[in-house]
This record gives sequence, C-alpha cells and structure tokens, in this order.
Amino acid sequence: MLAYVARRLIQSALILLGVSFITFLLLYVLPADPVRQIAGRSATAETVESIRRQLGLDQPFLVQYGRYLGNLVQGDFGRSYLQKTEVTDLLLSRLPATLLLMVAAILCELVIGLTLGVIAALNRGKALDNTLMLSSFVTVSAPQFVVALLLLYVFAVRLGWFPIGGYGTPAHLVLPALTLGILGSGWYSRIMRSSMLDVLRADFIRTARAKGLGRARVVLGHALPNAILPVVAMIGIDIGMFMSGIVVVESVFGWPGIGQLAWQAIQRVDIPIIMGVTLVSALAIVIGNLLADLVAPVIDPRIRIR
Amino acid sequence: MKRLVLSTALAALMALPALGQSAEPNHGGNMIVTYKDDVATLDPAIGYDWQNWSMIKSVFDGLMDYEPGTTVLRPGLAESYDLSEDGLTYTFHLRPGVKFHNGREMTSEDVVWSINRVVNPATQSPGQGFFGMIEGFDAAATGTAEGLSGLSAPDAKTVVFKLSRPDATFLHVMALNFSFVVPKEVVEAEGADFGKKPVGTGAFRLTEWTLGQRLVFEKNPDYWIAGVPYLDSFTVEVGQEPVVALLRAQNGEVDVPGDGIPPAKFVEVMGDPAQKALVVEGGQLHTGYVTMNVTQPPFDKAEVRRAVNMAINKDRIVQVINGRAVPASQPLPPTMPGYTKDYAGYPYDPEGAKKLLADAGYADGFTTEIYAMNTDPNPRIAQAIQQDLKAIGIDAAIKSLAQANVIEAGGAGTAPMIWSGGMAWIADFPDPANFYGPILGCGGAVEGGWNWAKYCNETLDAKAAEADSIVDPARAGDRLKMWSDIYMAVMEDAPWAPVFNEQRFTMKSARMGGADALYVDPVSIPVNYDYVFIKE
Repeated sequence: MLAYVARRLIQSALILLGVSFITFLLLYVLPADPVRQIAGRSATAETVESIRRQLGLDQPFLVQYGRYLGNLVQGDFGRSYLQKTEVTDLLLSRLPATLLLMVAAILCELVIGLTLGVIAALNRGKALDNTLMLSSFVTVSAPQFVVALLLLYVFAVRLGWFPIGGYGTPAHLVLPALTLGILGSGWYSRIMRSSMLDVLRADFIRTARAKGLGRARVVLGHALPNAILPVVAMIGIDIGMFMSGIVVVESVFGWPGIGQLAWQAIQRVDIPIIMGVTLVSALAIVIGNLLADLVAPVIDPRIRIR
Repeated sequence: MKRLVLSTALAALMALPALGQSAEPNHGGNMIVTYKDDVATLDPAIGYDWQNWSMIKSVFDGLMDYEPGTTVLRPGLAESYDLSEDGLTYTFHLRPGVKFHNGREMTSEDVVWSINRVVNPATQSPGQGFFGMIEGFDAAATGTAEGLSGLSAPDAKTVVFKLSRPDATFLHVMALNFSFVVPKEVVEAEGADFGKKPVGTGAFRLTEWTLGQRLVFEKNPDYWIAGVPYLDSFTVEVGQEPVVALLRAQNGEVDVPGDGIPPAKFVEVMGDPAQKALVVEGGQLHTGYVTMNVTQPPFDKAEVRRAVNMAINKDRIVQVINGRAVPASQPLPPTMPGYTKDYAGYPYDPEGAKKLLADAGYADGFTTEIYAMNTDPNPRIAQAIQQDLKAIGIDAAIKSLAQANVIEAGGAGTAPMIWSGGMAWIADFPDPANFYGPILGCGGAVEGGWNWAKYCNETLDAKAAEADSIVDPARAGDRLKMWSDIYMAVMEDAPWAPVFNEQRFTMKSARMGGADALYVDPVSIPVNYDYVFIKE
C-alpha cells in the first residue's frame, strides 16, 4: 500500500512538472507581450526593454523556466506583474472560497443525482424513468451561464430568497452550489441508475427479497451501498472538472474564487498568476484522482491495490 | 516673470456651476459601487485601470487637479505656481498644513521623491513617459542618474521644475495620477505592497481590502478641502458581472454599477421610464477608429485610405451598438479642446469610394484583414465594417483575438487594419496633444508602439512640437488652432477612419445626489467619489 502511494505521488509530481512545462511554453510562444501591458501606452522602447530585463523576460525560454521551477520548489509562485502582489497571497485569499463552493456543489450533485438515479432505476422503463433521464441530458448539456442567471433571476431577484451574488453567508452559497449541483447531477444520476440496475439483478438482492425483507430495506440497506462504488470514483474525477468549469459560475455570482482570478489574469497576460492558478488546478485534479483510487479498495475489498 | 495665483476660493467659485444642480450636499452615509474586475493596485505610480483610476484620485492628490465633473484645471496641493518668461521653469508653492493619512505633514521633498520614483526604471511605472519634458529625464529614466536634474525643492514649501522644452501639457501632467504625492517612509516600509496599503493626502483613506471581494474607503477627517468629501465612506465590491450588478442596482443593493449598463440590457433599461430616470449619459474623451497600416500596400496609397473612410457607414455602426455613441468625423472627440467643429469628415459615399479605389489602381478591389478584439460588441462592429468594405470591393477577413494579441499585432505592424474598440484611446488628460504623440506621431510608429497605422509625418510632428511650446495662457487659442490644423492634416492623409465617439451610460441609485457630471466625470473615470453624496 505504502509503495503504491509513493509511486502514485511520484507520478503526480511528474504530471505537475509536465503541466508546468507545457503551460510555461504556451505562455512563452503566445503572441502577446506582458511587458507592454506593464509598460502602458506612453512607454518608450527603452522603458519596455528595461522592464523586460528587470523581469528576466529577455532570457531564453529554458533559463526562464528553470528559474521559475527553482523558485517554485521553494514555495515561491512569484509576484503578479500587474497587481504587484505575491501570487501565493492571491491564491491563498481565493482558495477557501473555491474549496467551499466545490464541497457544497458536490454535495448538491450527490443529493440530486443519487436520488434521481435511484428513483429512475426503481422505475425502469416507465415514463418517470424516461423523464428523469431526459432531464439529466438537459442539465448536462445546459450552459452554465444560462442556468446561473436563471436561478439568480428567479430565486434572488424575483422571489428575494437569496442574495443577488456575493460571498460571506451560507445564503450566498446556495445558488452557486445549486447551479453546479444541477448541472453536474446528470452524470451522477445516469451512473447511479445503471449501477443500481446491475445491483438489483444480483443474486444477493434476490436472496434478500426471498428472505422477506421490505422494499425500502432491500434498496437502502443492500442495493445502495453496493451500487454507490462507481459514484465514489466519479467524485475524484469531478474535482478536476470543477476546476475547469468553475470560472463561469464564480463570475456570475461574484464568488471570489480562483476561477475569477484566472479569468482576469488571462485577459492581461499576467503570467505568474496564470501559472499559479494552472498548477493549483492541476494539483486538485491529481489529488482528486489519487483519492478516488485510494478510497475504492476501502469501499470494495474486491479491488486490490498493487 | 508673471505670477498666476489660483486660490481655492476662486476654484470653489468656478466649481459652483458644475455642482449647481443640487443645492445643498448632504454629509454622511456609505455608497456601494461594483466592478467586474479586481482592483490591481492603488499605487499611483502603477495603477492605470478603469476601476482604480478614480479610487487613486480619492486617496492621493497632485500639485494640480480638475474642477469636479469638468476638464478645467485647478490647483491641488500647490496653492499657486509661477512660470518663467521662457516657459521653462515652473515654481510651485505648496499649500500649508496638508497632512498624509498617517498624520505627517506633506513637504516639497515628498513631491520631488514621488516624481523621481515614477521616473526611476525600477518602479516600472506605465506613467514614466509622461515626464519626458523635465530636464534630466533621459538619464533618470535609464537609471544612469539618481533622479531628475530639473526637479528640486529649495525649501519645504517650494518645488521647482526645469523643463528641457516648453510644454503646454505640463500642468495636465502635474494633475495625472502618476504625479500624485506619496510619503517616502511608508513606500519604503511597505515596498511592493504599498499598492495594497496606500497612504496619501486624499479625501478618503483605505481601511479594508479583502482580496477579490471588497475595498472600503473612509472619509479623511483632516482633508485639506474643508467640507469634502460628503460621504462617510464608500465600499467597492469587485468580481461582479455587469449584468448581475445591474440586477442588484435595480434591487436597491448597489448605488453605482461601475462598469455601466451592459450592452445586452441597454434597450430594456432605456425602455423602462423608471429605470431610464436613473441613467446618466455623458461624453467621454474617446474615439473608436480603424487604423490602416500606411507602410504596406494597398494602404500605402492615400486614395485607398480615403476610400475606406468613405465606405464606412458610421450611422449604421452606431445603430449596431444601440445608439451608445455619436459618429466621429476626426480623431479628437467633440468634448476635447481643439476639436474642429465645422469639419464634417468624409461623407458616406460608396460610389465615390469605388472611384477612388479605381484611381489608385484597385478597380477590382483587394483582399485584406481587419483585426478586432474578441469581446462584444467589437466582433459585430468589425462585421459591419467588413460588409461596408465588401460593398466597394474590399474583401476583409476578420481576425477576432484577445486584447493582448491585437495590441501585439498592432505594435509589430503585422495587422493591415485594426478596429480599435475595447483598446481605443481614452485620453489620459483633456488636451489635444494626448491624442497625437503615441498614436499618430512618429515616436509611436516604431516596433511595439501604439501608432498602429505606422503613420509618420515629420512636418506634423514638428508642428505638434511647436504647438506644445506655446505655454502662454493668453495664446492658448492659437495653440488649439494649431492642433486643429494638425488633425485636419491627419484626416487629409487618412491613416485612420474615425468611426464613433462613445457615450457613457451609467446608472445611479435614486438616493444618490450631486450633479450628473460627477457620475460621468471625464477625468475621475468612472465616478468622482469626493463630491457625490447621499440625499437623505
């Protein structure tokens, strides 16, 4: 087990190294010059060159990348070109909001997705099943922006139940978490449905029924714990999806997470911030996958780690 | 030597008409303003954004200032100034008793230190280039000298600037954010974090900054203009989408959506009388234009560039953006001094344009590219221009890219045509010179420069220098006439096709008071926080 974890950690570090190299390379070849953004419109060519020298952006690619990595292993993400603030401070100030939203959204996804998946499985082939599965298609393919604005308009503007965007109280969390929850629930409900159908056909369920157990007991006590396994693995992958999809929802709801930070940095070619956000997101994806793999054998002893 | 004294009393008198709309300002209350993007920094040497520009004006002051809501200069931290006969030496006399937010009195040494700091290359200030007229600039800007040799403080209340050339824009530069006075000891103690913990002499001081969420500014009770500001505080909430900010404003949660009314909601807002009553409209010192790279065929021929000017249906483009602009006839916007009122510009005349193309040897038209920024409404505007050009036989492919990529292509000179929307020139200060040098002068027509047409007319450059050497206020009219002539000559050469001058439409809650001009202040963009107030 320990050997496995160690191997996976080394693999993860290599993945992060690869991500950092590719992102750095892409930003290097991008036909946009961060120095011009810093120097402003009235700058002379000498000023531009002087800033380029000070930031070390006149150096060859490998020198720049090597220096970045050197600082990174010491925990230094660098300083934002335009905000002149430590990237670490910017990331730390925004990570709690993103993590909070992620946890709340995954809970929403699970509650909505699992419930609908189980209901659909129990009503297999009936109109209710078809309706639920159709709606799961709709939610999976609906644009985040539209759903977010719709919920905002109905529940915050019209009904006034929740604040119109912002951050700080549990009430602020409901609509953004619900938006992500609804949009992500489709995946969970479909997986839950098929997994549940497999389990319901299994011998031990027939045995349980034969013993005369009630329907609720069979479903909740025997089928559900067994059907949930693929869903757990899904959560790990979901964390990665969140990192890429959270930008829009954070923007609409004014949620001060790292998605918002990334968007603003990309607009201004603020390379240290873009690198920082990319690496943190990659780290989340790697950790998510690692957790999913480590948790699986705990839930299902048939899976062995080698 | 002539002495020009501008007292605060006189300034207050001059300010009355601007503020005359609401009789007696109320004191107190907290105003809430929202922005989409985070505030990058409040360091006046660095900050150069839409959202932080007027916050910096509220936290700091410069030697000169503007009448609220206008483009009229007035004294700031300097009570008065003298100008030598040769127009080369400005002597500023500081107002006594002005204190920084930390309680220390501001002196002439602070002024000298602050301006040397902006010029020092280590500061990486985007404002460095504005100080080029001060003696010793080249040495200070390249770091070979410690500071500007032409800048000195003979005593605690006097600052002397020696210029290397007379420059009529100098007083405007002294009112720019980059000239604002900072306390040396605080800047040195905070280092690069000064922008997050600013200390100035301004009407407000920053009391809270939660990264990515909000900034709170509280009234400076010791502010040197008695009775100002009117608000006790204002809160800036960042990260708010313009559409959501508007919903919150309609709900009474926000006083001013700082990014204005989003294009998608404009028709709806203007169609509702209750909401329309809260809308404030104002001109801004902005021109949207198409640049044509004069160094590359076919735009190396003036006939072709004039034909493009005649092919673009500006009225229709104004319709495309719901009438949020007025058609432009020349580079300067109508509210800018030096604007030529009796010049109608090139007429919309596709037939005449085709004839010009034929004269230039392009009877069958040609293919080219037009670069545009990829955020709404710019791609739509580029499409409208594309259709207009198609009508005279020019096949222009649209390259819709991120802002930084368009700026890069413009600077490198690889873009034949650029629609300037989203990156266009909004004046740094209200003077015609500010629309020339970097964007139409030879100095900007270099690799990486902002003169995307790469237009360089040395005769006009010489004339511009001559106009800016007129510093005698009695001859200000002559100077503006010269600038007007310069822009007319530019129109003759037609490196640009001016398209429209954007109007600003913003909203304020019903409880907000103060003249409308303060909410569309041409200098304190977008809101003049110091002079607005809450009615009850």
